[in-house]
Amino acid sequence: MVDVGIVGFSQSTMLACEPEKTDAEMLSPVITEVLDGCGLKRQDVDFVVSGSTDYLSGIPFSFVHALDAIGVWPPVAESHVEMDAAWAFYEAWVKIQTGGAKIALVYGFGKSSTPNDLDQVMAMQLDPYHLVPLGIKPSSLAALQARILLESGRATMEDMALVAQRNLYQGQSNPWSLRSGNFSLDALLNAPKIAEPLSEFDCAPVTDGVAAMVVATKDVAEQLVERPVWVRGIDHRIDPPAMGVRDLSDAPSARLACEKAGAHCDKLDVAEIYAPYSHQELILREVMGLASVEKLNPSGGVLCGHPIMSAGLIRIGEVFRYITEGKGDRGLGHATSGSCLQQNLVVTLEGKHG
Amino acid sequence: MANLCAVVGIGQTKHDTMRGDVSIPGLVREAALRALDDAGLSWDDIDAVVLGKAPDMFEGIMMPELFLADALGAVNKPMMRVHTAGSVGGSTALVAANLIQGGIHERVLTVAFEKQSESEAMWALSPRIPFQPPMLAGAGGYFAPLIRAYIRRTDAPADVGMRVAVKDRLNALKNPYAHLKMPDINLETVRKSPMLWDPIRYLETCPSSDGACALVLTSENYARKLSAKPAWVLGGQMRTEPTMFSGRDQVLPLAGRECAKALYGEAGISDPGRELDMAELYVPFSWFEPMWLENVGLAEPGCGWKLTSEGETEITGSMPINCSGGVMSSNPIGASGMLRFAEAALQVRGMAGEHQVDGATKALGHAYGGGSQFFSMWVVGADKP
Repeated sequence: MVDVGIVGFSQSTMLACEPEKTDAEMLSPVITEVLDGCGLKRQDVDFVVSGSTDYLSGIPFSFVHALDAIGVWPPVAESHVEMDAAWAFYEAWVKIQTGGAKIALVYGFGKSSTPNDLDQVMAMQLDPYHLVPLGIKPSSLAALQARILLESGRATMEDMALVAQRNLYQGQSNPWSLRSGNFSLDALLNAPKIAEPLSEFDCAPVTDGVAAMVVATKDVAEQLVERPVWVRGIDHRIDPPAMGVRDLSDAPSARLACEKAGAHCDKLDVAEIYAPYSHQELILREVMGLASVEKLNPSGGVLCGHPIMSAGLIRIGEVFRYITEGKGDRGLGHATSGSCLQQNLVVTLEGKHG
Repeated sequence: MANLCAVVGIGQTKHDTMRGDVSIPGLVREAALRALDDAGLSWDDIDAVVLGKAPDMFEGIMMPELFLADALGAVNKPMMRVHTAGSVGGSTALVAANLIQGGIHERVLTVAFEKQSESEAMWALSPRIPFQPPMLAGAGGYFAPLIRAYIRRTDAPADVGMRVAVKDRLNALKNPYAHLKMPDINLETVRKSPMLWDPIRYLETCPSSDGACALVLTSENYARKLSAKPAWVLGGQMRTEPTMFSGRDQVLPLAGRECAKALYGEAGISDPGRELDMAELYVPFSWFEPMWLENVGLAEPGCGWKLTSEGETEITGSMPINCSGGVMSSNPIGASGMLRFAEAALQVRGMAGEHQVDGATKALGHAYGGGSQFFSMWVVGADKP
């Protein structure tokens, strides 16, 4: 495998609603910042890849409008996944493996505040013939998943509240947070339920936001920045869509992705995992073996801000920041997609080279 | 240096206005099973699946790779979903090929589809976007002015588009999977068909189709084991330019020219007109055949229409174009680009049946999308590079 280094990462402040700016207007300063940070001009980038979904803006080909943020004249080699930008990061890593690029720009964007009811829109990911007509929402499915976990005896409501408490507390030091605070367990446990057993604190908030990252081959990365962060392993896997054929208290695709990415979780200094519901962090901690990780979600995770389509890339970016700031050397970034943790991506990162 | 990648399995559905006999999972499986069968592989042999389709709003399923994971045998495997507008079928095949070329996997299944009968493409393409003019007339309304500009620029005779419409539909009669079957078509019936977007007549447009296409791509190691006649990927490129920019030439887009130039460089082709034996170009409206001939360097700018007029783009001509019947005869939008890539591979494998170009050893697959701004292309060859 070709060594690939992350050399820069930027994100927008996560907002409940960004009423003024388009996707391209939100992206433009973030892309400028990430390129400036590496001393790069737009023309230096030889591959561009993004992640987004038309269903947030309600516009077909919404990624086309976002291209104005990078400026694609003269023409560029460019690709797009209708997935979280963590998978765009994967495509960039693959492209570098082929020798087809040395410097790649990855970005993700989305304004989740655009739909009147985000949960209703996300339900369009479900089986269109059998599930969508029933009007079930992803939050209801997540609540069923939480109930299954609780009834298995492997977790309690208090465990869920502890997840929310720790993430929201840690989010206070994240300058881009949408929501954070020092909450008592009682306050979290007694908060009104929006889908039993989930309160608003168990659920990631509706968030507008974008993020961008630059990755490069070893020789280029070492010229660009003092301390690139190296991709040590990356993998992603998917589970079946039908809820009835899965044990919802498990996440086999996350376990497998961890294994294939060579994540030896007992030796990790930091992990940033994408758990849109508090109980999902409990499931992921178990299946990914994160019990002994020194620092879990120092950013506060997606409970503090959940810009769909860039939230996964931000997890990788947060690990990159943690390592470049010298707080640790080995970390894991995780992204999920679909209902009830159906699809999962894991990347392991390391600061030291060799 | 990239690893070699080969096409060892090709499958497509029977394309039709409405494939009411299958659901969306049934449709994609039909193509995938044919590709697996061609490759002599089963679902278990596949390392990863890459899915492509045009906007999710067509069928109303958000990120359908999630829903189709088990239908395409991707459970416990890596699965990706590509979307690059109309070029997506081609881009999807290239992303899949990169998984082989990068040495990540050895056997990759890639699938693209559209089920337009469960779609409302005109609705999905016509949203009211604040501060932008509505594209009420769909794709034809966008592309007709570009065709008029081409005619004005080149002085091409008025019947060039009609010739393409007839040729592609006659080619489709030789392709068992093609949607439109019009044995009686001729220049007169095309001329008499209603004018939709001047100069595009009804019979000069592509149909709306249900359909899917699938390819099995492998490493050199598996290509040798699995197929006596693999199609080797000699090069693959994608390029993008902006939608709205006064400096661009939408008739002869720079992104298309640069994509083709980089592609030929990668594939070691110095004279594409001589070295390529055929091309499958993405031609949704008849006039795009001469326009793309010029854009991909198979004709000098201003001269593409001459190849069409002189019959050189027929199966028996010097540069056969769209022997399968092309997008003009089958248009499952998200799959249309992959079908071009697949037909190019079929030709160099010598497996194109009645629409085979004799002795084809190098072929171009081409797809475009958006406002003539997204391009993906590959060159495949019978001989290992």
